[in-house]
Amino acid sequence: MGDPDATLRFPHRHILGIAGLARDEIAFLLDLADSYVDQNRRADKKNAVLRGRTLINLFFEDSTRTRTSFELAGKRLGADVINMSVATSAVKKGETLIDTAMTLNAMHLDVLVVRHAASGAVHLLADKVDCAVVNAGDGSHEHPTQALLDALTIRRRKGGLEGLLVAICGDILHSRVARSNMLLLQTMGARVRVVAPATLLPAAIGRYGVEVHHDMRTGLADADIVMMLRLQLERMNGSFLPSIREYFRFFGLDYAKLGVAKPDALIMHPGPINRGVEIDSELADDINRSVIREQVEMGVAVRMACLDALMRNAPSNAGG
Amino acid sequence: MASEGRRTAYVNARLLDPASGLDRAGALLVEGKRIVDLGPGLFADGVPGGVALVDCGGACLAPGLIDLRVQLREPGEEHKETIESGCAAAAAGGVTSMVCLPNTSPPIDDVSVVEFIARRAREVGTVKVFAYGAATQGCRGEQIAEMGILAEAGAVAFTDGVRAIANAQVMRRALAYAKTFGLLIVQHAEEPALATSGVMNEGEIATRLGLAGITPAAEAILLERDMRLVALTGARYHAAHVATAEGVAVIRAAKARGLPVTADTAPPYFLLNDTAVGDYRSFARLSPPLRSEDDRKAVEAGLLDRTIDCIASDHAPQDQDAKRLPFAQAEPGAVGLETLLALALSLVHNRRAGLLDVLRLLSLRPAEIMGFPAGRLAPGAPADLVLFDPARPWRIEPERFRSKSKNSPFDRHPTQGRVLRTVVDGATVYSAGADATRG
Repeated sequence: MGDPDATLRFPHRHILGIAGLARDEIAFLLDLADSYVDQNRRADKKNAVLRGRTLINLFFEDSTRTRTSFELAGKRLGADVINMSVATSAVKKGETLIDTAMTLNAMHLDVLVVRHAASGAVHLLADKVDCAVVNAGDGSHEHPTQALLDALTIRRRKGGLEGLLVAICGDILHSRVARSNMLLLQTMGARVRVVAPATLLPAAIGRYGVEVHHDMRTGLADADIVMMLRLQLERMNGSFLPSIREYFRFFGLDYAKLGVAKPDALIMHPGPINRGVEIDSELADDINRSVIREQVEMGVAVRMACLDALMRNAPSNAGG
Repeated sequence: MASEGRRTAYVNARLLDPASGLDRAGALLVEGKRIVDLGPGLFADGVPGGVALVDCGGACLAPGLIDLRVQLREPGEEHKETIESGCAAAAAGGVTSMVCLPNTSPPIDDVSVVEFIARRAREVGTVKVFAYGAATQGCRGEQIAEMGILAEAGAVAFTDGVRAIANAQVMRRALAYAKTFGLLIVQHAEEPALATSGVMNEGEIATRLGLAGITPAAEAILLERDMRLVALTGARYHAAHVATAEGVAVIRAAKARGLPVTADTAPPYFLLNDTAVGDYRSFARLSPPLRSEDDRKAVEAGLLDRTIDCIASDHAPQDQDAKRLPFAQAEPGAVGLETLLALALSLVHNRRAGLLDVLRLLSLRPAEIMGFPAGRLAPGAPADLVLFDPARPWRIEPERFRSKSKNSPFDRHPTQGRVLRTVVDGATVYSAGADATRG
């Protein structure tokens, strides 16, 4: 970990999105994360890379798993971790996002992990705070650590990302996971397809350079990776989709639809799963096909790598 | 029903096929449910044994009519029409396939209703009945319907029937969702905010009668909006019963731009104008309303220059109770299945169009729009045929209709063109009598 070139290899103050990350920077994060996978499997899972550092998880949107993952990542690197959720924050009392940033600055923290329902809210905070910021998901914009953990999962299973065919299926329109993954996977040389009803695709999806499919039979054909997205239940009230049963019939992943993918195709899902909505329950639990639990494990390692990389760039004497 | 492989020769016919442009005296051979051969020289040396013979007596033999806009009222309003009475009316009108609107009770927004209609049509066993699925749940214009599952069950296209899909966001999503499955959306193009309070065309007659008018702009406004949404989504769109000059112009411009748009109209809109309302004749209350003479002429011109692709009956049965009311309280709509051919042929008799042009509007184009294999006389095509005498005069007498409802604005109109025989899948489902058919 005492890499003298680290600052050069990852010259960023924040991780706000996959957009702006170069291929070798992503590879650097994935390599670093690989080493943390090994560390996390040992009995002694801690090191002291972030000793003395303060990390705040600032979640304006509920998320047990992502918040826990960042909390574990911080603690295993020796940082002091504090969770602030919206329910207890001053936001409820009318404090603006900028006010929150000013308050946090006064606390001299080192890393701020932010989730917010509004696209761009994390960028706004990053402009105003003195510390490093990691985007833990902002609106429908980006969720960079999810894309990184997906990439790490795929890379460890398939040996690399170059040339793989990845089908991302479901609610692309509202998905920050899809946006970050489309960027990351293509940067790393994978081919990306999106499969969704036209009502769940953003208007300019063609500008992402991905193949667009409306039919799982063509969209999954010969895919190496089938990445399912979580469908928010409020999308199913008839404005975007007519019903759950129709969605599952045409866009829910089951063994029949998976049949056209490669025989060793892996199934991924950012969680939590809506069983029987976007994925067949049995298939989600099929240890030969589904790597959903592995994604959770990779999540902690990837977040450790992100925190580590950012702190190598941070001033060693905060405020100095 | 035709038994399997049974052969029937239709001889001494004037063969009319709008797809190939064929208009020659000749014969046609049906085997089982399909046309196997036809032409001027067929059976020149006589009809072989074992083949049933129908002597057409020189009458016209053409593809059966395909009617894209029919309300059969079953389930829910069987006192106005049933699938059985509607099929009988269709057969008498030379209609061999029809597509019924989803505004039944319950509406056709559930697979079980699609299957119910298919089962009833199968039991009746005459005319082919296809169903539109509701574009939105309950045809309420709020939430898109299960178009994928409904299409799998047999729904051929999607519409909210007599109601416009008014909300632009809902329409956009309906189009985008239909595009997902390659499905067609059919619109009753009338802006409801302008139309719901009115009962007839806005103009001098409405003014003098003291009736609330509907501006003709109600049609053009919704069509203009829809053309933009079609351009946005790339979905296929069909404008039903176009009735105004401005509406025709919008469709014409959209087609010139290459948008995937088609349109139909119904006989009242190219044969009548708002003077037909006369002294509050509720049978002339239609939706959309009968428009001005200029509009009527523009609709006719749209048919002739192929801006409007086809003629549908817009069959809307209403019982006496629904029509014997003050004009504004009467239900809109007119029956049309049994008068469709004769009224369309008035374009021929008025020397506006050729016989093949009119048949193209009645069979070929509707079949193409719906993707039906019928609508043409060709080997391999379904033996769905109409035999008719284009010149025979008759008077429209609704009391003789097979339809349960008699609400025709053409009541007592003299007309020309009589259906002599209707054949569906090789089986005769209607015959006007023995005079023109022997064997």
